[in-house]
Amino acid sequence: MPQELNEEKLKDLKNKANKVRQLIIEMLVEAGSGHSGGPLGMADIFTAFYFHILNHDPKNPDWDDRDRLILSNGHICPVRYATMALSGYFPIKELKTLRKINSRLQGHPHCGSLPGLETTSGPLGEGLSQAIGMALAGRMDKKSYYVYCLTSDGEHEEGNTWEAVMFAAKNKLNNLIQVIDRNYIQIDGTTESVMPLDPLKEKYESFNWNAIEIDGNDIKSFIEAIAKAKLVPDRPTIIIARTIPGKGVSFMENDYHWHGKPPNKEEAARALNELRVLQEKIQNE
Amino acid sequence: MLNPDLKLNPKLFEADAEVKATRAGYGEGLLQLGEENPNVVALCADLTESTYAHLFAQKFPERFFQVGVAEQNMAAIAAGLAISGKIPFISSYATFSPGKNWETIRTTIIYNQANVKIAGHHAGIMTGPDGATHQATEDIASVRSWPNLKILVPCDSIEGKKATIAAGETEGPIYLRFTRDKTPIITTIDSPFEIGKIQTFWTSEKPVATIFAMGYMLYYALVAAKELETEGIQVLVVNVSTIKPLDENALLSLAKQTGAFVSVEDHQVAGGLGGAIAQWSTKNIPTPMEFIGLQDTFAESGKPAELIEKYKMGKDHIKAAVKTVIQRSARL
Ligand SMILES: Cc1ncc(C[n+]2csc(CCOP(=O)(O)OP(=O)(O)O)c2C)c(N)n1
Ligand SMILES: [Mg+2]
Repeated sequence: MPQELNEEKLKDLKNKANKVRQLIIEMLVEAGSGHSGGPLGMADIFTAFYFHILNHDPKNPDWDDRDRLILSNGHICPVRYATMALSGYFPIKELKTLRKINSRLQGHPHCGSLPGLETTSGPLGEGLSQAIGMALAGRMDKKSYYVYCLTSDGEHEEGNTWEAVMFAAKNKLNNLIQVIDRNYIQIDGTTESVMPLDPLKEKYESFNWNAIEIDGNDIKSFIEAIAKAKLVPDRPTIIIARTIPGKGVSFMENDYHWHGKPPNKEEAARALNELRVLQEKIQNE
Repeated sequence: MLNPDLKLNPKLFEADAEVKATRAGYGEGLLQLGEENPNVVALCADLTESTYAHLFAQKFPERFFQVGVAEQNMAAIAAGLAISGKIPFISSYATFSPGKNWETIRTTIIYNQANVKIAGHHAGIMTGPDGATHQATEDIASVRSWPNLKILVPCDSIEGKKATIAAGETEGPIYLRFTRDKTPIITTIDSPFEIGKIQTFWTSEKPVATIFAMGYMLYYALVAAKELETEGIQVLVVNVSTIKPLDENALLSLAKQTGAFVSVEDHQVAGGLGGAIAQWSTKNIPTPMEFIGLQDTFAESGKPAELIEKYKMGKDHIKAAVKTVIQRSARL
């Protein structure tokens, strides 16, 4: 259950996010393919979810009353797998099977392979609608769970996303909170060069959503934004989380070329070194 | 033996045989078309390098349109361009185009008979570690029933280039299917290619079965044929680079020659190459047949070679299928 966020807890969360980043690098170098930028950028938010926000039970992933966490932009699944393992859904050593044959950790998440994923994703623009379905069901069944849907800026180019946006507002789904990874990159370049999306907050507000913009690498702001979202009685909320893709690894930060490739051995060693330096910094804070 | 008339790669069976992805052929063909015809335009949905459209995009930026992650939009914009006289090539992963945008293509491109070329990339389990969400294994099944569509599946990068160029020079909607990984180069630039023609790549004096192969899987079929020959079993191997329209004349003579068929495809066995041939033969000359491909299951993440084995699509499975089908035909 969500607890109070004191200084000690916040430090613990920062430490865990750092650990998640290290696990992501270790998984990706072992897999030899996969995405680096998005997962590293979203490590703080995933840590906040699994270790503070979500009402969940790693040992009972199908528990009826759990909060739902839908990952629409499935390609960033390494961060989800790492956080799930760290919070006890499955053994950490299983992370090394990512993308390999006979693994539960598919290259893009498959809910039939691993418990706790809620749904399958990878093809973009399909998660928000599914989250809406779960939020509608929760309302019909008088459940108090929240449905959190993680999306990306790139997938806001899919028309399906906007179909879902209109539906959620029409149906006043206040048990639905969307978090968009607003990192300004996608495969072919920056989002604003491929297909401009700004001004995003104004777009959502004109679609009758409650919109909150925060620094997505600041765990405290994110947790506070979630608390604020829960106070809105008649609208769905989007938290526009401005993140730095590749966060924590200097040579990956803000470079779209790291969208979809893993570090090689040498790059992984450098990345892990940098992350360990950051870890010490957090501990001495 | 490899059919000498087709001028195939003489080093095909050597350990250092050259490999290249069929999708590279798409990029090279598209680039050449761009140079030859100012009406050729290209669109992509945030996968420009993966689909090799970047070669065209860099050379002809004013004729390249980046639509973002929006496959339905891409298909319909292409239809509008074609209706207005352009020759658009649209590329994405096949799961998304013609997958996600299936009905948009059906109405605006196929029903309209708009002159759009649809390039579906990362087809088959050959897509590997990305997993089943990204492995298009039903794309042929999902488009084969569209009237007046041509379907081309090149066996290597050289044929990929030829197929792309031929598509650009042929009026009407065409689906082209490409794979991601590097695969052996089977043909040479001198090998003949024609839309609508299937070709016997492996010939024998007294063949007892015909193996029909699609795309890079042709290589596995050829290796199987070579090994079967040492066991005293002679077969023919046919490269079906045009799935639709089927080369019915050639099929008839092949059926009369061998009386047993095996289809080999990196696709579900339902609705793909095997389905097309079985449907034809059932009507014209019923022939016992075995089907190599995904047997009504999704695949998973893994290395392509591992997946080919796990899902029983490798050369040994092809050989076993040949042995099974010739027993069946002998019993008739
Ligand atoms: C429907 C669909 N089209 C194309 C793709 C290929 N694809 C995978 S990730 C991606 C870029 C999306 O941008 P974003 O999610 O913002 O990327 P990130 O910020 O993680 O780098 C694309 C086009 C896909 N997965 N799904
Ligand atoms: Mg992005």
